[in-house]
Amino acid sequence: MAMPMESPISFTNIGKAKWWQRGIFASQTGYVLIALAVLLVIMHFASPYFFTEGNMQNVAKNFSFIAIATLGVTFVIITGGIDLSVGSMMCFSAMITSMVMTELSTPGSYGASLFVHMAADGKTVLANVPGLILLVSVAAGLGVALIAGLVNGFCIAVLGLSPFVTTLGMLSIVRGLGYVVSNGRGSFPGGPDADYFYALTSGDVLGLPVPFIYLVVLALAMAVVLHHTSFGRHVFALGGNEKAAELTGIPVVRVKIEVYVICALAAGLQGIIISGWLGSAPANMATSYELNVIAAAVIGGANLAGGIGGPLGAIVGCVLLEVIRNGLVLAQVSSYWQQTLVGVIIILAVLVDRVRSRMI
Amino acid sequence: MVGSEATRQPVLQLTGIGKEFGAIRALHGVDMQVSPGEVVGLMGDNGAGKSTLVKIIAGNFRPSHGEIRFAGSAVQFSRPVDARAIGIEVVYQDLALADNLTAAANVFLGRELKRRFGPLALLDHKAMAARALELFGELRSETRPDDLVKQMSGGQRQAVAIARTRLSNARLVMMDEPTAAISVRQVEQVLGLIHRLKEQGVAVMLISHRMPDVFAVCDRVIVMRRGEKRADKPIHETSPEEVTALITGAKEAA
Repeated sequence: MAMPMESPISFTNIGKAKWWQRGIFASQTGYVLIALAVLLVIMHFASPYFFTEGNMQNVAKNFSFIAIATLGVTFVIITGGIDLSVGSMMCFSAMITSMVMTELSTPGSYGASLFVHMAADGKTVLANVPGLILLVSVAAGLGVALIAGLVNGFCIAVLGLSPFVTTLGMLSIVRGLGYVVSNGRGSFPGGPDADYFYALTSGDVLGLPVPFIYLVVLALAMAVVLHHTSFGRHVFALGGNEKAAELTGIPVVRVKIEVYVICALAAGLQGIIISGWLGSAPANMATSYELNVIAAAVIGGANLAGGIGGPLGAIVGCVLLEVIRNGLVLAQVSSYWQQTLVGVIIILAVLVDRVRSRMI
Repeated sequence: MVGSEATRQPVLQLTGIGKEFGAIRALHGVDMQVSPGEVVGLMGDNGAGKSTLVKIIAGNFRPSHGEIRFAGSAVQFSRPVDARAIGIEVVYQDLALADNLTAAANVFLGRELKRRFGPLALLDHKAMAARALELFGELRSETRPDDLVKQMSGGQRQAVAIARTRLSNARLVMMDEPTAAISVRQVEQVLGLIHRLKEQGVAVMLISHRMPDVFAVCDRVIVMRRGEKRADKPIHETSPEEVTALITGAKEAA
């Protein structure tokens, strides 16, 4: 069955799609990217403040605050599912992280003796191992996200419940638990490791906001996972044709649980980062953020019917939303218009995709 | 030709296969065998038991009675993956393709080729595209491995689904209504694909409603009616009229 190296088939009837009809050029992500570029140019002429370093840093920081969660939800959307619990998940993870941190840093409270001791002056609290409290509290925050993700995945993949209903329930459950553990009060990251916490969540490295750096690293990792591992291939296959995925022996249940866990972890991490920027984790934090996150993913080209999406689209969607928000503020338009405009853009982006796929 | 095939060991041998779903008897006492390189047409009206039989052979259902022997040894499947592991492939009626993936990705779905980079196992896109192109070449289908399945014609989709069965060197390929929903020219292509499989010594079971297709490619035809096998004849000893009579019940058995 040795075949010559050149193509064993002659393509007489089957033409090759032109370069502009393939890959990113033929995707919603492609022309939303173009729309974004146009918007940036318009903004440049509309406001002299837009392209200043300070404003750019602001924009980068602000879109990073929803973009990591958007990466996570994009995984779920590619499989044809949806996760409405991301907003609540952000809040709950942030809350658990700062509560654990405060608890472990208060001498005399449960387990604190392992982590902190009093300084000689009897007032200052010192960490036994610098950074350990931070590590444990972030792990706790991500741990609750992991559990919620597993429950979502189990209900959807094993019990066969609809993703919409399951995660709508989880939205309420997790938000409720947040109020239960905090009694409705906000919590603040405190103790000897709080400085590290703030540095790692809202600091700058070489002029770049830290959340932006996390975002870029995670997006690159996501691109590799989606396009160069069999897990990513299976995620796409699941969204394209779930029955086919099952018949070809793909572990459908496992892949589904994994995407909901990834999504919950991304939301949890996002929440922890936001709380660092806010300086607290109020019980009503990130309320209705799930809508922004899903809107950003959809504007960036993720298809709610499944099978299409990626990290670039997720980020482009978030940037577009943030640039519009920022631009409206700079242009001194009432910020109440913002939501209306976001809605218009969601519909426009999907509409353009519809028109394009009809033309081919 | 028939004589030489008869002396070879059958690749699939069913004895007394029966299946009940609750009070419904879907299959009863089916005996049949298929030899390597033989194309067998499985015909019957809706509800005759064709699909149940195919699903039993493919590992979707366990038979209530009877025995399946594959290449001489008795086998039992609990999942379709088990049947695939020993060399039984099914081309499903809806082809089980993911539209949003490329032809090569579909061929290798669930069996991706990987290369190790330290702790990571990354997809080997080049090797998969090359092997897929090779398979399309064998099937003489003008299909590019990197094209998306959603942009393909019905015949190309069939080729992708069939190429998938060639990955593992399957010894029995069952095709469920492969010509039901495609154009005349594409039917020719699919029948050509079946000939390719036969040339390579693969046994093929063709489940079809289309009489001309069955008579064009099959060596033997098996007719099912009301869950029982009513006829099992070499194709040149029967006629479309007789098969129709057997399917409808105008003729009880042959």
